[in-house]
Amino acid sequence: MPSAPTKLYADDVSLLVVLLDTNPFFWSTSSLPFSKFLSHVLSFLNSILLLNQINQIVVIATGCNSCDYIYDSSLSTNPGIENGKLPALCSELLKKLEDFVTRDEQLNKQQSQSLPPTTTSSLLSGSLSMALCYIQRVFRSGPLHPHPRILCVQGSSDGPEQYVAIMNSIFSAQRSMVPIDSCYIGSNNSAFLQQASYITGGVYQKPQQLDGLFQYLSTVFATDLHSRTFLQLPKSVGVDFRASCFCHKKTIDMGYICSVCLSIFCKHHKKCSTCGSVFGQAQTDVASASNLKRKTPES
Amino acid sequence: MNNGNGRRLNGETEEDDDDEGSEGDLDAWERTYADERSWESLQEDESGLLRPVDNKTLYHAQYRRRIRSLSSQATTSRIQKGLIRYLYIVVDLSRAAAEMDYRPSRMAVVAKHVEAFIREFFDQNPLSQLGLVTIKDGIAHCLTDLGGSPESHVKALMGKLECSGESSLQNALDLVHGYLNQIPSYGHREVLILYSALSTCDPGDILETIQKCKKSKMRCSVIGLSAEIFICKHLCQETGGSYSVAMDESHFKELILEHAPPPPAIAEFAIANLIKMGFPQRAAESSIAICSCHKEAKVGGGYTCPRCKARVCELPTECRICGLTLISSPHLARSYHHLFPIVPFDEVSSSVLNDPHNRLPRSCFGCQQSLPNPGNKPSLRVACPKCKQHFCLDCDIYIHESLHNCPGCESFRHSKTPIATEE
Repeated sequence: MPSAPTKLYADDVSLLVVLLDTNPFFWSTSSLPFSKFLSHVLSFLNSILLLNQINQIVVIATGCNSCDYIYDSSLSTNPGIENGKLPALCSELLKKLEDFVTRDEQLNKQQSQSLPPTTTSSLLSGSLSMALCYIQRVFRSGPLHPHPRILCVQGSSDGPEQYVAIMNSIFSAQRSMVPIDSCYIGSNNSAFLQQASYITGGVYQKPQQLDGLFQYLSTVFATDLHSRTFLQLPKSVGVDFRASCFCHKKTIDMGYICSVCLSIFCKHHKKCSTCGSVFGQAQTDVASASNLKRKTPES
Repeated sequence: MNNGNGRRLNGETEEDDDDEGSEGDLDAWERTYADERSWESLQEDESGLLRPVDNKTLYHAQYRRRIRSLSSQATTSRIQKGLIRYLYIVVDLSRAAAEMDYRPSRMAVVAKHVEAFIREFFDQNPLSQLGLVTIKDGIAHCLTDLGGSPESHVKALMGKLECSGESSLQNALDLVHGYLNQIPSYGHREVLILYSALSTCDPGDILETIQKCKKSKMRCSVIGLSAEIFICKHLCQETGGSYSVAMDESHFKELILEHAPPPPAIAEFAIANLIKMGFPQRAAESSIAICSCHKEAKVGGGYTCPRCKARVCELPTECRICGLTLISSPHLARSYHHLFPIVPFDEVSSSVLNDPHNRLPRSCFGCQQSLPNPGNKPSLRVACPKCKQHFCLDCDIYIHESLHNCPGCESFRHSKTPIATEE
């Protein structure tokens, strides 16, 4: 990456990592067709690059069976500078996206031959982890670097099996002070993304009208971190941080926590069903790995 | 250095610092030239040009040694850890803490790193509580009670940094023992002593006190700043803690931050119990209530205790009215990575790297940095044993220290195993 002179590094230089949801299970049932969605997103990405000469964009696709990097604006060769035009990111991005979707579908076919499809969620934890690794690399690149943030454009519902991994990513983003914005285009609200945006200080929005997606993206999500201090952005309402109990999966506001494995129960039990510890007695030996069962509750 | 020797022979004491434990006549800044000799680590290549000093592989080698020593204690990756900890930090403010072998003085360095440790401790153990005790003039004072808010501890510590007198290990242990006996039985009792002095001045038999601590199942660890002392070593051996002596400031920081993640739990030490906790909802933005911590009316943005409906300002906390522990589900989630740790990555061996039949990925899976194809140099890439993806050294460190997720395992559906979740 060419190093820009110091005076170009104003407060609003940003690195935007966009996590695009390409889950076919969601897009087949969505009211907005994928092609229209892409045209909104591409215009938005172009507008970000226009806002500042040294803004940077990275696009990671979140599929149903895999995640991959699609586009990195700092890597593209720009022959367009001679003509005075900006490099068009459309062709490169679209080609790579198409390759990715084809590969993902292949993996889906392989999966469904061996196991029946159990879940229709996309692998958000994978793309969040990759985005955070990339952002750490940017932090290491020197004292002058753009301010990074993550934008999750997601439509699929939450996969409860990814809860721990997503929470780990959220806490790591919070420590590195990287906000996670969420633009949720699915039907019900996503609890994971609401928590992510609340904990990291990002913006969560579920656009009311998907035809005008570009408007929502460019007015809310194109704002850089410095400008957010004096802009009125949608406030978070009603983030529910209550937990659900392991036995009935219902949300509780008062419960019992096992002091060994932190499982949540709504009623008093004699024995913890997750780690096998007997309550009220001194334990005789460390619980072996086989006792520590792992469960997937349906949400 | 000649000047230093000359001054000493004259018997004059300048305002040079007492360099305990070193050659005796070199200042700390002089030691970096005389002892550490950084110029000797430069190497030249065939044409006589300087090769850049490769700090990255050194750092990574240190990191891997540490990971290996931590994981060698655990036979399986899921060893039980004491997640609900009640820790007392004992800071030695005796005369020895005014020594200036750590810049500007031992006391200032200790205070700075204790502040960083407190924040890291609450970050990694949100359900735990911490208290501070100081030793001054042979008497131990309790600086702050066991509590869960980092700000109050840090403020109290920074306000009281004066040192004098002798240090008394037994008085400190007696005081902490009295306090830790009152905590619930499911909590793990721990003491971390930051000891600068070389002796202890006790009113009675310290060995009896050590036995008392051992019977109460308190795990005492000591970090020494001067030299190894037998009584500290004995204390740590008896109670199952760890004893280490810091060599310099960065080593001290490393040693103290090692105590932030929960230690492996000794099974008989804490009784498993079900703890009643509340998950309060955030109050509506326009509600007005008198908050129970500041005793004044506040508008919006607090939490309501589900049992007694009192308003609290922040979580995690204990409701002042009814005593219920109040937390939110992300606080529990912060501790999950201790329960489900990820496996350390393996170095990719040079036989695999040099094999021309293997198609090696050219960039790190996490950050897309290009991984150089090494010739004879040690390998600069690591691979996850589960998903077989290659990562660069920096991503390896970041993943294991901060992220606790392998991007490769998370990005492929077939390698996922179901895990316990709450939502």
